[in-house]
Amino acid sequence: MRVMVIVKADKQSEAGTLPDKKILTDIGKINEELVKAGVMPEEKLLADMGKFNEELVKAGIMLAGEGLQPSSKGARVKFSGGKKTVTDGPFAETKELIAGFWLWQVKSMEEAIEWLKRAPFEGTEVEIRQVFELEDFGDNATKEFKEQEERLRTQIAGKR
Amino acid sequence: MTATDTHRAIDAVWRIESPRLIAGLARIMRDVGIAEDLAQDALVAALEQWPESGVPQNPGAWLMAAAKNRAIDALRRKKRLERKHEELGQELEAGPQAPGDLDAALDDDIGDDLLRLVFIACHPILSTEARAALTLRLLGGLTTDEIARAFLVPEPTIAQRIVRAKRTLTEARVPFAVPRGAELAARLKSVLEVIYLIFNEGYAATAGDDWMRPALCEDALRLGRILAELAPQEPEVHGLVALMEIQASRVGARVGPSGEPVLLLDQDRGRWDHILIRRGLAALERAEKLGGSRGPYALQAAIAACHGRARAAAETDWARIAGLYAELALAAPSPVVELNRAVAVAMASGPLAGLALVDALTGEPSLRDYHLLPSVRGDLLGKLGRFDEARAEFERAASLTRNARERELLLGRAAACARG
Repeated sequence: MRVMVIVKADKQSEAGTLPDKKILTDIGKINEELVKAGVMPEEKLLADMGKFNEELVKAGIMLAGEGLQPSSKGARVKFSGGKKTVTDGPFAETKELIAGFWLWQVKSMEEAIEWLKRAPFEGTEVEIRQVFELEDFGDNATKEFKEQEERLRTQIAGKR
Repeated sequence: MTATDTHRAIDAVWRIESPRLIAGLARIMRDVGIAEDLAQDALVAALEQWPESGVPQNPGAWLMAAAKNRAIDALRRKKRLERKHEELGQELEAGPQAPGDLDAALDDDIGDDLLRLVFIACHPILSTEARAALTLRLLGGLTTDEIARAFLVPEPTIAQRIVRAKRTLTEARVPFAVPRGAELAARLKSVLEVIYLIFNEGYAATAGDDWMRPALCEDALRLGRILAELAPQEPEVHGLVALMEIQASRVGARVGPSGEPVLLLDQDRGRWDHILIRRGLAALERAEKLGGSRGPYALQAAIAACHGRARAAAETDWARIAGLYAELALAAPSPVVELNRAVAVAMASGPLAGLALVDALTGEPSLRDYHLLPSVRGDLLGKLGRFDEARAEFERAASLTRNARERELLLGRAAACARG
């Protein structure tokens, strides 16, 4: 299964302060954002987060990771009553904003949690969400439904 | 945290930590079987203690410490035994086996240990089935039960297979080392073969009832990605990863709503997983940069990439695919490759050119019962308007396939030919 690990924005990530050291690799982008998020002292975070990312890649679970620019460079489109209203950033409620994400391939939610616990964050909350997969709609869903139906039938038969 | 939660957390910790744990211990103990037993003992200790004490802050270090203690006990026992067996006063052979050096030895470059573990689990003295089971167990962190379900065999069979494999390795005194020189190529081939076998076992079963089977694709991909980090200089490793990433990208599109197979050219490309395609193309680029564009896996990945890059079936670069198949036929000659080349040639230069290549294969003994040969031939004959011959080929193909869905599809095409 896949999970998205969502790192929330805060004042500093929204301020868009650039770190001293730029990391140019794809995976490095998220580090940049995390530094901007100010969740750890820059130098240490860069080193620790770099090491953590390396672990994720070596374990074969990292599918993708991106850091996001501050919401001042973003926009929102509101859909209401058939009308579309565009609002440019920045947006005030930092808690609802995200600063970056990872996409991980893991065996279970527990495995994702165990991995995230190894990340060198401090003073922040990071969210894990499960991605919908084929089997959520496919054979297994059908199978589960059938089993449920089967159980119901047995129950009903028993009551007779 | 309830006891069930803790057990689930322990399962997850095990999956993350066990390969490194076993790899480190295998070097110290010079025996994969003993190493796994020690790691399992540490797991048992965790299962006893963690539900009470909670999962420790650094569970990996905890398991390693528990396993180390058991390793020291085991070495001391061994030492005592050896003392009894050998003459009194004789010193135990110095070196990394002495318990005092354990810490340093275990903290050595873990990557090398993991690579050694990959090579030993895929050792050619073991049967292919044993290699696959052992690899999933030691490197994938799968339980015996999970492996059994994935391969549709009873659990005791897998358990026995693993026990026997470990015994074989011990008895043959297979060194815990990364092969070098001329041996490396052959041994690497064995490793790649095992990973691709695991992948195909899952890929062929995407429509199966049990989620464990398709999950094998993910396990194989993960093993491939791990190997690509352990042996980044080997182009064929990246070639295999590229091939698996791109093939896996189509998993969501290759089965229709009622479970019927959807052929590559009929697939809804919007359902392809573009993250995996991008990863596959990147891996292929790494293989090519390392000078491995002629390797069998890299060539197959390059073919898959041609499809992956085409936004619509009509945009497929068939001339390039035909060329790549011709190279593949040189690198890894097989009648099946030849048949695929025929299909690509037919798409690039017309059905008549393809038919000539297919006809040359009709006498091939290994393809005698291969349903795709008459199926391809029927397709080309149909395109040439030779419907009677085409119908006969589709019917023959239907009688050869073991897949019920595919048989339906082929009989449908035969019926369509009868109508002209």
